Amino acid sequence: MKLILIFISASLVNNFVLTYFLGICPFLGVSNKTENALNMGLATTFVMTLTAAVTWPIYTYILVKFNVPFLEYVAFIIAIAALVQLVEMYIRKSSPAIYRAMGIYLPLITTNCAVLGLALFMVLRDYNYIESIIFGFGTGAGFTLAMLMMSGIREELEFADVPRVFQGISITLIIAGMMALAFMGFAGLIRG
Amino acid sequence: MANSLWHEFKKGLWQDIPPFRLVLGTCPALAVTNSVINGIAMGLATLFVLLCANISVSIIRKIVPAQVRIAAYVVIIALYVTVADMFLAAMFPPISKALGPYVPLIVVNCIILGRAEAFAQKNPIMPSIMDALGIGIGFTMSLAVMGLIREIFGFGSILDIKILGDWFEPWIVMILPAGAFFVFGFLVALVNYLSRKKAETVCH
Repeated sequence: MKLILIFISASLVNNFVLTYFLGICPFLGVSNKTENALNMGLATTFVMTLTAAVTWPIYTYILVKFNVPFLEYVAFIIAIAALVQLVEMYIRKSSPAIYRAMGIYLPLITTNCAVLGLALFMVLRDYNYIESIIFGFGTGAGFTLAMLMMSGIREELEFADVPRVFQGISITLIIAGMMALAFMGFAGLIRG
Repeated sequence: MANSLWHEFKKGLWQDIPPFRLVLGTCPALAVTNSVINGIAMGLATLFVLLCANISVSIIRKIVPAQVRIAAYVVIIALYVTVADMFLAAMFPPISKALGPYVPLIVVNCIILGRAEAFAQKNPIMPSIMDALGIGIGFTMSLAVMGLIREIFGFGSILDIKILGDWFEPWIVMILPAGAFFVFGFLVALVNYLSRKKAETVCH
């Protein structure tokens, strides 16, 4: 039951993009086409789940055990960068088709603040191993959902008559604000 | 020489002001600007990390091989962020608490990696310092302005001092995430409008 709650909370109620403002860069940058948004979302979900699976043992069995938790930022960012690199190499070897679809997005994920944010929130909230992985997967699913919705709206927006000063980033942010308002409706799903 | 240094400093204040013109570092700009003081604290922490990172990257720019440079920069940045985070936690616990995980997230703030990659690795120390100061101060000002707008409408106060009387019904939405997106969106439009007007007057 708790696992389902964590999943719903991470993907809908506390959507990383719309309530914690994490991962705004790809959200604004890669959300102009639905196909790109979906690929970016899937790649990010995959890396997020792996990140949770890797950083939890690093934090628990290395940093805490040797009493150096203040190194967490350095350790996490190195772990994430290495992980992204490995995933990229593996996908390139195993399935060139997926690599062509996801390839250019993978390096960008290292600097996606949602991934590091995920590791930090995981530590702050004292999740155990299984909970962390579910949290990582749920966060990725929420990110993909937000990307898909935004890209759908932006494709329609191409035909709309937007005032010149509002074109580009500005109108995208205002739409994101409306989406954030809509997502507040999910707040009733979970207490606390 | 002095002239070009001044130019490096000045460009961060308007021409390339983050996050409005240079759309980088949007996460902290949206997340912590629910009050003026949080915005300024976040801006100054970013300024510190940016300055130290630019200096370090500029010093080591000739000895780091190109293939591993990004990894090296990220480790340098993470180091200074740890320093900034521990300093805030020790000296200003309430602010550190209010900013929460957004201080460690300076590590992945694209402004810092962006400036290291686009500027400091190609330039000597002095221009790099001026670049960091300009961009950092521009960023701090932007966050302070966003914090100001959201604090006035959301709480009816500035720096925790009530300026609007009891008649004022706070706009709760301004403190919520949605308000951050709206304020940011409208400010980007305003900056677009002003810079276009300026460009037009220069042309005429």
